[in-house]
Amino acid sequence: MTAYLIGRLVQSVVLVLVVSAVIFAIVHSAPGGPTILNNPDVDPRLARDISERLGLNDPLPVQYGRWLSNLFQGKLGTSYQYSLPVSRLVAERMQATLLLGGVALIAAIVLSIPLGMISAIRRHSAWDYLATFIAFVGVSVPVFWLGLMLIILFSVTLNVLPSAGMFTIGAPFSVGDRLAHLVMPATVLATLPLAQLTRYARSGTLEVIRQDYVRTARAKGLREGSVLVRHILRNALIPFVTVVAVLIPRVLGGAAITEAVFAWPGMGRLAIEAAFTRDYPLVMGVTIVIATFVVVCNLLADLTYGLLDPRIRLGRG
Amino acid sequence: MTRTAVPPSVSAAAPTPAVGRASVTAYGLMWRAFRKNRLALVAAGFLIAVALLVILAPIIARRSPDEIDLYSQLVGPSSEHLLGTDETGRDVWARLVYGARVSMAVGLLAMAIGIVIGTWVGAVAGYVGGWTDAVLMRLTDGMLVVPTFFLALITLAVFGPSATNVVLVIGLTQWMVVARVVRSEVLRTVPQEFVIAARALGAPDRRILWRHVLPQAMPSIIVAASLGVANAILTESALSFLGLGIQPPTPTWGNMLSGAQNFIWNKPDLALYPGLMILLAVLAFNSLGDAVRDALDPFQARR
Repeated sequence: MTAYLIGRLVQSVVLVLVVSAVIFAIVHSAPGGPTILNNPDVDPRLARDISERLGLNDPLPVQYGRWLSNLFQGKLGTSYQYSLPVSRLVAERMQATLLLGGVALIAAIVLSIPLGMISAIRRHSAWDYLATFIAFVGVSVPVFWLGLMLIILFSVTLNVLPSAGMFTIGAPFSVGDRLAHLVMPATVLATLPLAQLTRYARSGTLEVIRQDYVRTARAKGLREGSVLVRHILRNALIPFVTVVAVLIPRVLGGAAITEAVFAWPGMGRLAIEAAFTRDYPLVMGVTIVIATFVVVCNLLADLTYGLLDPRIRLGRG
Repeated sequence: MTRTAVPPSVSAAAPTPAVGRASVTAYGLMWRAFRKNRLALVAAGFLIAVALLVILAPIIARRSPDEIDLYSQLVGPSSEHLLGTDETGRDVWARLVYGARVSMAVGLLAMAIGIVIGTWVGAVAGYVGGWTDAVLMRLTDGMLVVPTFFLALITLAVFGPSATNVVLVIGLTQWMVVARVVRSEVLRTVPQEFVIAARALGAPDRRILWRHVLPQAMPSIIVAASLGVANAILTESALSFLGLGIQPPTPTWGNMLSGAQNFIWNKPDLALYPGLMILLAVLAFNSLGDAVRDALDPFQARR
């Protein structure tokens, strides 16, 4: 188990480093250089001096090495465009993205389990067909379009929800205000995971429902509710953990689009902005935080999987 | 294909060969399940209609998608403009029809790249095995974990959005599922008698792979491709919506929505049509993929 854990940790670190190296190469190989240095108002000689001081004229591997050694000292550098520490910018935006993504993913998990289970238990009922159909449409709908449709319905037509931003500008913080701004983007972002998780909850339940131990539990005369929760739900949920982990990168990608529709100040917009302005430290900061986050989530999911199902022996075979 | 390509699950479901029926090929099974699946037939019908739109665009659209008419901006539907006009007086119906060309082409081309890479990676990994397999599969797993949409955003913002870049970026980030599917099919096929026979006859590896092993994987590749096209269309529309995909004035369903977003308060229906087209196209490809998968795996479908 320890060997397995160490192996997985090493793999994860390598993966994050490879991603960072690839993005580093991509961002630096593009023509142009940082936008801020191409500003016609900046004296070309001064711009040259600055690039020299920032080490932008060094060979790429040297620059990457420098960035890496800074990273291991916990330094992400200073954004060219904002003149602020990258760590502060990323932390601020990551909070907004995590709030949006977290609420959406939790809502999707909480709703999909009963939806999928009822579907499986009442298989071939009208409810099952409805839920299956909705789940099917849910994986096909473009999230940003769904967002636009919700804005048209709730902001333009009914005028009950704000169409953009994370809070009302100028108003003091209140939970109600935050929730009002959160409800539409979270709904939009939850659609895809909800649809996929419902499918998995349904097929997982179907898988478990015909197992011998479920029949045994019923034969023992256990109440149906107890069979459902203790025997079916628990076992049906094991594959669920992996699916949730696989969904995390997708939710983050979806968050980038959702943020654009609802002007939500998150990581997606920061990434696009940073890449457009060739803000090297900021691009790298966004990349490393997102990549680490996703890889760690996957690692945790794999370990949880082993804990939930003792039949799965990690690291053997 | 002359050899019967019956997946193991099929033979497991029907251990005794059906009497009086000619050999059942995977394609035959696919077609049989297809005719029974009404949703798949509707989906196929819709895609044929879209194909007609794409081919006959100049006839169907009547107007040019780029013709600017500043005297009739944002007008409603009329006999002149079937679905009205956008903010520069361009015909929405014409843009929708020509947009189908771009959106479909990007989706299909991107998936073609994904299939070529995925098939190659999966076939080599499964056939060669050993270290090659381990390295290629770690790469595939790694790519599956990485938040590819973020990487696509950054790459396109850096290299500049263009049709070629969009196709490349989507293709390069959507081959992993194909690779896994092909690898498992190769692993399943290689130990079978006809492959051993081919090898005993002295067929070179390349021929064994192309003529004997990969045809067995075709049905699974078709499933992955169909679902992949759906995904590629969604991704293209999202990238174009963010301004990182195909640039106006070239119409795509995604960038039409991006333009419509600015007029959502005065002409909300502008945002309705392109999104509906994306939704229907993606639904169609997804249901085709699902239908083929169910046809190949009757065990799953029967539940």
